[in-house]
Amino acid sequence: MNHKSDTLVEIRNLGFSRGERVIYEDISLAIPRGKVTAIMGPSGIGKTTLLKLIAGQLTPDHGEVLFDGVDIHKVSRSELFELRKRMSMLFQSGALFTDINVFDNVAFALREHSGLDEAIIRRIVLMKLEAVGLRGAAQLMPSELSGGMQRRAALARAIALEPEMVMYDEPFAGQDPISMGVLVKLIRELSDALSLTSVVVSHDVGEVLGIADYVYVIADKKIIAEGTPAELKASDDARLRQFIGGEPDGPVPFHYPAADYQKELVGGVN
Amino acid sequence: MALIDAVARLGRAAIGQVTGMGRAGLMLWGALVAVPRPAKGMPLLIKQLYVVGVQSLIIILVSGLFIGMVLALQGYTILVDFGTEESLGPMVALSLLRELGPVVTALLFAGRAGSALTAEIGLMKSTEQLSSLEMMAVDPLRQIIAPRFWAGVISMPILAVLFTAVGIWGGHIVGVEWKGIDHGAFWSILQASVEWRQDIVNCLIKSLVFAIVVTWIALYRGYEVVPNPEGISKATTSTVVQSSLAVLALDFLLTAIMFG
Amino acid sequence: MLSRKVEIWVGLFLLAGIAAFLVLVFKVANVEVQAGNSSYTLYARFTNVGGLKVRSPVKVGGVVVGRVSQIELDPERLVAVVTLNMDGRYRNFPESSSLSILTSGLLGEQFLGLTPGFVDDESVMLKDGDRIADTKSALVLEDLIGQFLYSMGKKD
Repeated sequence: MNHKSDTLVEIRNLGFSRGERVIYEDISLAIPRGKVTAIMGPSGIGKTTLLKLIAGQLTPDHGEVLFDGVDIHKVSRSELFELRKRMSMLFQSGALFTDINVFDNVAFALREHSGLDEAIIRRIVLMKLEAVGLRGAAQLMPSELSGGMQRRAALARAIALEPEMVMYDEPFAGQDPISMGVLVKLIRELSDALSLTSVVVSHDVGEVLGIADYVYVIADKKIIAEGTPAELKASDDARLRQFIGGEPDGPVPFHYPAADYQKELVGGVN
Repeated sequence: MALIDAVARLGRAAIGQVTGMGRAGLMLWGALVAVPRPAKGMPLLIKQLYVVGVQSLIIILVSGLFIGMVLALQGYTILVDFGTEESLGPMVALSLLRELGPVVTALLFAGRAGSALTAEIGLMKSTEQLSSLEMMAVDPLRQIIAPRFWAGVISMPILAVLFTAVGIWGGHIVGVEWKGIDHGAFWSILQASVEWRQDIVNCLIKSLVFAIVVTWIALYRGYEVVPNPEGISKATTSTVVQSSLAVLALDFLLTAIMFG
Repeated sequence: MLSRKVEIWVGLFLLAGIAAFLVLVFKVANVEVQAGNSSYTLYARFTNVGGLKVRSPVKVGGVVVGRVSQIELDPERLVAVVTLNMDGRYRNFPESSSLSILTSGLLGEQFLGLTPGFVDDESVMLKDGDRIADTKSALVLEDLIGQFLYSMGKKD
């Protein structure tokens, strides 16, 4: 094993389309090891899709995704499963298994892959739950938890196997300010304490700029800006200003592309 | 032009159907070729046997009893005109073994367990539980689809046999206890006309075929669901409709092969 | 992970399935477990078997002593050949025994009535593969009614 590069994930000239609709045209980005990288952009541009491309759940039309130097879309299924043991994803909905309790949810991957005996698994699970502050909720079912607690339980599950990289899909969406604060704190702490590589996909500008080390902004199928939070705040790019400032209209149009308004009103049925 | 359009539509529909069947086949293949892991697979299977089999028991037993009783009542009113009410036994037993047992069980199963399977898997998909399994390097086909498939295939023949047995008992209640057909005559004529190979084995074969088809459709509809509430409700409906039609069509085919 | 309740229920479910299957096999289809060579086969020819079926009982004085296992047409003599599967416990039927097709009740099921013949010092007992020579065919209802009407007509 020669020296590890600073980049854990590298995306080169990635293109992806769903049916006729082009989601990404030509995207290249690098995710540094041990840092919090944020990917921002307006809703509906397929940020979740990007995470699924990184995880190998979707296959791109062209381009490559290198995870620690290995092209994730060229390996066999079993090699892909091996790579996936080194990464994990926190889904927007939490995606806890609804038919088993919180403890079993967190223990799930450990029981599947670690081969450790139950006494050790129990100890690890309790430690992970303690880290997200839900040790007391171990025996509850996911449906008995609030949305924020579900996401924290899912976070405990995501870090159970001590992955190298955690991908967060919209971790702040639909959370009250307190849960949001808790999650921001957790992501930062976990990243620092376990030297995790974190990828946060979000459109919550304030929170993201607060925790990210490096930010990519995606809009209109391309990366429109990148840099540290400070650099982005200082930028005078119009589209970036609109997104960060939250202005309703601007270079990113308010209207969905449509035929000429007057013509359509007057013209009637074609 | 309209004709060409129609041909094109037909072609598109056919391609869609074949693609769908191919995808369904791949799903089942992926679920079943996986190396079985007894230590981990067994608890999953037992849990699904409970959900799919045990929880369908009430509806199967109650329906079986009533259908047996109705069959006997209707049969009695007809047979009594010819003075051959002793033949009620074979009438009830053969109707149940050859047709009603496997078919009605499959239809009830599609409504009770099939729709539940579709909804459950659809919900798992739409809440990203399936993706989440994949991210944990666990194959959802092996973890979710395979145990449910086997549970369905094991449960339905058992349910069909229970349905038939309870139905014959219902026929006995109406014929012997209520209408006063001689107990001995009822059973001896019944026993003389039911044959092990022709009737009981065929009942099991039919039931097994229906089990595979219904469970497969239910799982595929759930697995391929459009992940939103509307998609799940549509998928659940189409599970019941498609598996009912498939069961009735296959029943005709199997009956023609077995008794034709 | 699995609760005890689930395991017990699944166990009961499987047991109930097996029990129902056994009921169907032994109570409904009345399959008899035959231990080894405790049965023997006899043959008989009939000009008309009427409503006799495979698995119809063979009775002596109302007691079931065997069942019909096969009904075929002898291609040369053009008569029905009935194969009887006899219970091995009942072996002492003399060669002179006769077999007739009887009906239980007016329109009921048909069965074979075996009437044992006389026994003296010279009589030989029926053994496996033997043919019962003395047979009476089924009474066909139409023939009976025809005869009845004919005789009524003659009286007038």
